[in-house]
Amino acid sequence: MKIHEYQAKEILRKYGVTVPSGEMATTLEEADKAAKQLFSNGAPAVVVKAQIHAGGRGKGGGVKVAKTIDDANAASKAILGMQLVTHQTGPQGQKVQRLLVEEASAIDRELYLGIVLDRASAKLVFMASQAGGMEIEEVAAKDPDAIYKEYIDPGIGLQPYQARKLAFKLRLKPTQVGQAVQFMMGLYKAFVETDCSLLEINPFITTKDDKLAALDCKINFDDNGMFRHKDLKELRDITEEDPLEVEASKFNLNYIRLEGNIACMVNGAGLAMATMDIIKYAGGAPANFLDVGGGASQEQIEQAFGILLKDPNVKAIFINIFGGILRVDVLATAVVAAARNLGVNIPIVLRLEGTNVEEGRKILKESGLKFEVGATMKEAADLAVAAAKGVA
Amino acid sequence: MAVLVDKNTRLIVQGITGREGTFHAKACAEYGTKVVGGVTPGKGGTIHEGWPVFNTVEEAVRETGANASVIFVPPPAAADGILEAVDAKLPLVICITEGIPALDMAKAWPVVKGSQSRLIGPNCPGVISPGKAKIGIMPGRIHKEGSVGIVSKSGTLTYEAVYQLTTRGIGQSTAIGIGGDPIIGTTHIDALKLLQDDPETEAIIMIGEIGGSAEEAAAAFIKEHVTKPVVGFIAGQTAPPGRRMGHAGAIISGGEGTAQSKMEAMRAAGIHVVQSPAEMGEMMAKVLGKA
Repeated sequence: MKIHEYQAKEILRKYGVTVPSGEMATTLEEADKAAKQLFSNGAPAVVVKAQIHAGGRGKGGGVKVAKTIDDANAASKAILGMQLVTHQTGPQGQKVQRLLVEEASAIDRELYLGIVLDRASAKLVFMASQAGGMEIEEVAAKDPDAIYKEYIDPGIGLQPYQARKLAFKLRLKPTQVGQAVQFMMGLYKAFVETDCSLLEINPFITTKDDKLAALDCKINFDDNGMFRHKDLKELRDITEEDPLEVEASKFNLNYIRLEGNIACMVNGAGLAMATMDIIKYAGGAPANFLDVGGGASQEQIEQAFGILLKDPNVKAIFINIFGGILRVDVLATAVVAAARNLGVNIPIVLRLEGTNVEEGRKILKESGLKFEVGATMKEAADLAVAAAKGVA
Repeated sequence: MAVLVDKNTRLIVQGITGREGTFHAKACAEYGTKVVGGVTPGKGGTIHEGWPVFNTVEEAVRETGANASVIFVPPPAAADGILEAVDAKLPLVICITEGIPALDMAKAWPVVKGSQSRLIGPNCPGVISPGKAKIGIMPGRIHKEGSVGIVSKSGTLTYEAVYQLTTRGIGQSTAIGIGGDPIIGTTHIDALKLLQDDPETEAIIMIGEIGGSAEEAAAAFIKEHVTKPVVGFIAGQTAPPGRRMGHAGAIISGGEGTAQSKMEAMRAAGIHVVQSPAEMGEMMAKVLGKA
């Protein structure tokens, strides 16, 4: 789960990590009020930042610095409501519905801090780099040595000496090192206590007056850990997500919308990915990734059907099921019910194997509805591609 | 011979009184696995579907002589279930549960690693040695006893590979589902070692998916240490970067974990990589001279 920068910064504040003072605004009036407040508190300038879930906001024109209240209001007006296009939003961009109005900082150095799970070692790794403000992936690709790493023992957590090592490698001044250790310990605590999957401070800045601050912050949460954080679940902003993906998530369905016209319903993430691959291989394009899961219920499958049909690009549905936990007869019953209830009028191609497959095939046959059944995955994919072309 | 599970396996089921635990305990027993009991805290002393239920894994092992456990415990308690099985010194622990928080696994991992237990999974279908025994949720009837070993991150893709082999008359020695989470007990490399050393296994199918770099590491291992022919497939060739494709570990991030990079590494290691998931069986038949 992704959250906004302003929400991430609120979490950091709770953990004693310094962030610039600022307010979130959803209207120009709120933005004006926030900017006035900052100026009256003595801020020499303010920064107006678009709040969308994608990165690269600055380059896309979503971040502006203003030295007067008029300039700040002009910046808010320009950014709020704009369709912000970055390298992560896709060409259609993302509409800006929230702003963060923040006190500008007197930046001395721009550095990088981040925490992620390192799969190979099965440990959290704390990363730091002097190349702040840049895409860390680019730094990693060009000069991996420019990223300093400390692997964290999960039993004892990040130790002060590790934070100190990173601070000295970042060439912080001796007067800043103690602060930096506190800062990093706070980040680590925030990470583990909120079940993050990623926490990045980019840039992590030093100021002319020797202070440290998180100028930007990105937090992603581990969806699997959210059952123990009801408060964090409320930070989700569904307006940042695809409406069909939001609906699918209500029924615990793993659905990701793609560009093509062949809807897929598959059980198992690996087979769902492989189904997308084989559609492409057969000359078609998948409209989505959908894993109905190992133990999907009839209700979930009916809901999944409904979601697939709401995508206007869809010209055919390809159901590829290999039943392990999910029994094929359960699936077939649900498919028949859904096709009847929803009045499906586009071709449905199925490929079924696994537990109770004979019963499943029988249910489809006896339904009287018209289904195309492929004997193998390849045959079914070819049928689905042909069906999608036929309707289009 | 096969690896990991066979006629000597004595299995307990953690979470045996739950819906999935019950269903699959029965399915494993029907396949021929010796299921000797189960664990559900608070239900110790009762009999469930003919099996004795114990409050703790330790007690279950002491009373039944179990040497393997399969875990169907819900995600919030599953890492705890793994640690309990490891503490009871079970040689083989297979965790089917999907959705365990990554931090729970990160905490449990050093304990598992330092123990005598082998963990398979989590978020996996389990292990089957066709004709002998199965521990997991795979449909037994599609399998056939034989000599192809399979190692895979994905459950349903493993079934797919098995089915393609069986319909061509090619049997399997052992199919190992290692799971699709970022932290797993037995990696591709660990499973490859087992299959390379198994005299009954003649050839191997390795199935990976986007995310992480375990397949690249496995390819390097195969180049150095595996003398048996390997057929490979990577799922997610058409997956967009930055999106988690179902499995917690299936995400291309920071330029790492693309299908392209994995397939290239595997080809460079001499693995017979197929582009379409429908070609795994056909390629294996060719490799074995049975096409």
